[in-house]
Amino acid sequence: MQGIEKSFPGVKALRGVDLTLRSGEVLALLGENGAGKSTLIKMLGGAHQPDQGSIRICGQPVNLSSPISAISAGIGVIYQEFNLVPRLSAWENIFLGRERSSGFVERNTERRRAKELFEQIGVPVPVDTPCGELSIAQQQLVEIAKALSQDARLIVMDEPSAAITPQEVERLFHIIRDLKSRGIGVIYISHRLDEIFNISDRVVVLRDGQLAGEGETRSLTRQQMIEWMVGREIQNEFPKIRHTRNQIRLSVRNLNRGSMVRDVSFDIRAGEVLGMTGLIGAGRTETARLVFGADRFESGQIALDGRPLQIRSPRDAIRNGICLLTEDRKGQGLILTSSVRENFGLPNIKDFARFGFVNQTKERLAFSKYVDQLQIKIPNQEQLARNLSGGNQQKVVLAKWLERNAEVLIFDEPTRGIDVGAKYEIYLLINELAKQGKAILMISSELPEVIGMSDRILVMHEGKITGEIEDATTATQEQIMEMAVA
Amino acid sequence: MNNAITRFLGTNPLVRDYGMSFVLLLLVVLFSALTLKQQHPTGADAGRQVADLILERNNKPRVVVVTRNTPEDIEFSNAAVKRLEENGARVLATVRGAAPDAKQAIEAALKSGEAIDAIAANDVTAKWTVYDRFPEVGSGKCVVPRSYTWPDFLKVSNLLGVANQTAIYAIIAIGMTMVIITSGIDLSVGSLVALASVCVSILLRDWFGGLSAGVAAVLIASTASIAVCAAAGAFNGFMITAFRIPPFIVTLGMMMMASGLSFKLSMGQSIPELPSSFFWLGRGHIFGVPNPILLMLALYVIAHVVMSRMVLGRYIYAIGGNEEAARLSGVPVKRVQLAVYTICGALAGLGGIVLTSQLSAGDPKFGLMYELEVIAAVVVGGTSLMGGQGKIFGTLIGAFIIAVIKNGMNLTDVDPFNQKIVLGAVLMIAVLLDTLRRKKGHR
Repeated sequence: MQGIEKSFPGVKALRGVDLTLRSGEVLALLGENGAGKSTLIKMLGGAHQPDQGSIRICGQPVNLSSPISAISAGIGVIYQEFNLVPRLSAWENIFLGRERSSGFVERNTERRRAKELFEQIGVPVPVDTPCGELSIAQQQLVEIAKALSQDARLIVMDEPSAAITPQEVERLFHIIRDLKSRGIGVIYISHRLDEIFNISDRVVVLRDGQLAGEGETRSLTRQQMIEWMVGREIQNEFPKIRHTRNQIRLSVRNLNRGSMVRDVSFDIRAGEVLGMTGLIGAGRTETARLVFGADRFESGQIALDGRPLQIRSPRDAIRNGICLLTEDRKGQGLILTSSVRENFGLPNIKDFARFGFVNQTKERLAFSKYVDQLQIKIPNQEQLARNLSGGNQQKVVLAKWLERNAEVLIFDEPTRGIDVGAKYEIYLLINELAKQGKAILMISSELPEVIGMSDRILVMHEGKITGEIEDATTATQEQIMEMAVA
Repeated sequence: MNNAITRFLGTNPLVRDYGMSFVLLLLVVLFSALTLKQQHPTGADAGRQVADLILERNNKPRVVVVTRNTPEDIEFSNAAVKRLEENGARVLATVRGAAPDAKQAIEAALKSGEAIDAIAANDVTAKWTVYDRFPEVGSGKCVVPRSYTWPDFLKVSNLLGVANQTAIYAIIAIGMTMVIITSGIDLSVGSLVALASVCVSILLRDWFGGLSAGVAAVLIASTASIAVCAAAGAFNGFMITAFRIPPFIVTLGMMMMASGLSFKLSMGQSIPELPSSFFWLGRGHIFGVPNPILLMLALYVIAHVVMSRMVLGRYIYAIGGNEEAARLSGVPVKRVQLAVYTICGALAGLGGIVLTSQLSAGDPKFGLMYELEVIAAVVVGGTSLMGGQGKIFGTLIGAFIIAVIKNGMNLTDVDPFNQKIVLGAVLMIAVLLDTLRRKKGHR
């Protein structure tokens, strides 16, 4: 790729980016959200076209005007949101749109081919199960098989590790090394620097649509990459400050719901950050949803400051000073079609309203306080939420809960898909909230984050709490993993 | 090319927010141009104008006023006579009828020895040939109002007529807009129009003495009928929120039930026994503007305030934009949905009352296919069927775009079958624009 430029209305997403990938090379593409990574790979996938610049494969200029032309050029892009039809089986998805023959599906041939592909990858995936019922990791494998079946010479993976467990990541790396040995080039996008060191040969860092740095992975340090990404120095990835923990604020006893949450009990003290981790599907998010009233629990008690609470809906929880920052920002955290101001105002609207009329001046004033404090980058408050980068979206969600001045804050994967700079700011904010004596439950799959930011750690497995580490400073990743697979 | 269009639609704020008003304006200009023609005024103003013209030419003239026997001509005649007599003219005769009547009157006037200085006529009566039979009169003595060039479409009477007919659709479309913004749909509004119409007329006929019912009775009966429709809407909302049945199905069921009920209550008959005070709403006017139009405008202003300034409006947009996110932000999703369907039902009921008042009878056949007209108005007005986006005044513009196209086609003699085809195409274009706009919004 040479001299790629792309503008969207109001934004220059890419300004003259060059990128080369040799066959059999794993190239890590790094950058904060909004740096232009997604735009770049969407061009490779044929979803966007560059305004300027050219793309060449083996020296031949190619015109990637549509997803189909990208496929035939030998480029397979695995987006964060998979392109799978949930109701169709793995083999049907692999061959979707490329069914051979004259209108009839060659069921047996396709099934056999699909099985062969999974054998090549080295992981058995049930080929007849509808993709919607497969785990995220399995769906990812279906996507990889799909790319392989199209004879891809270049596979792009956009944050493939974001939603899968450490073991699954390990297996994915195994597959990537295998692809590499077959001469397939891989572009690997991730925010997790550990992975970058583990898997990539070369690193390219984008910042503000430009190349910020490039180099052999071996010769680079973590520090160097982060500096390229943020454009300034960061001393400490996890700026944890420990506060004296006081009396118990939130107390959860024997919470149950089906097989996802079984007999879960825990306390959070004032000024404490309780880290909660475990594998995907261990019941962490489900527990959080029960405490917040998003789902109803079958049995159990929740008390705040010793006072038992009746929580039947999120409204009840919010009224009682509990709030939840959901893991799925776009699906559950924001109204993407509304302005950021309206998103901010939603749970707080009664504070700005009299006789049912919203005082927008008051609302705007309250929000602008957070825009400054959290450094939310928006041209104005009427900006639609969907136009913001992940980090800024998360800050809007944070602002709306901070305005509630809640006593218990549940953060479910607060830094997922967020760039290093914004991550750091969120950590500082968590410190500040703890200092104010709030009770904080931080759910995260990123073990360094859990260890680095929590006071105490709970580990869940199959709906139960299987381990507790009283002092997070003593925790190791191995210790946590052991509890998580218990 | 496609790209250029989507970019234009998506980014230009003028086009995004007011695109449909441009379309409406364009249509108005188009139909004005197509219906431009020579206008011959009649009515009171024209009468006074003719009188003044005659008075300018003659001192104390002796005049015969000749018009047809139509309401407008009678106004013309009365005004002319009044103005002439006030200024010292003598009106020898006033003719209201056909050419032979004019002949008789002129003969009688001449026989009694009077000379005729002028004949006050309008463009139709001036063309009669009777005047030339009398050498002492002649068609040269006819004075007619000045004609001018003006589009039929832009005549005040036509515009008020269009607005008056649209008012009912537009009123119902307010509720529909709210429902669609929550990403729901309400198919029952047409049947609720019929139900309200039948309810109010049966209440007035059987409980309040029909033709002799008083104003209080009219108010009670109307309110009760609207309440019945609101209850039907609330029932829709209840089924949708409590059992999570898709709105399409629930309201389809209500559409059939309400229609069946109105036929049953009225035994399939139209009910004309309504008191005259009931007609004020649909047929009265204030300062020359028909009441349905005033009602419509008032409701739109209220709805606009609700949707843009009030908590309820904020909640409605939030639910349509992302129901789960709204719920997790503490929005009382079910209560809001219930409220929205109730409002939609009530407004359909109000539409039924206005229609009954306009047409002077209750009828179970009223409101047929209204739901589709109303949904079309909402969609043309730029509200997305996906929910979360749309503007109340957009709907008003949408309703008027449809009404103007219909009226314009009537005035330009497009046959009714072609009219349907055009309206269908308009609806599709509106949705196409919405889709293109949406495409650009994502990236």
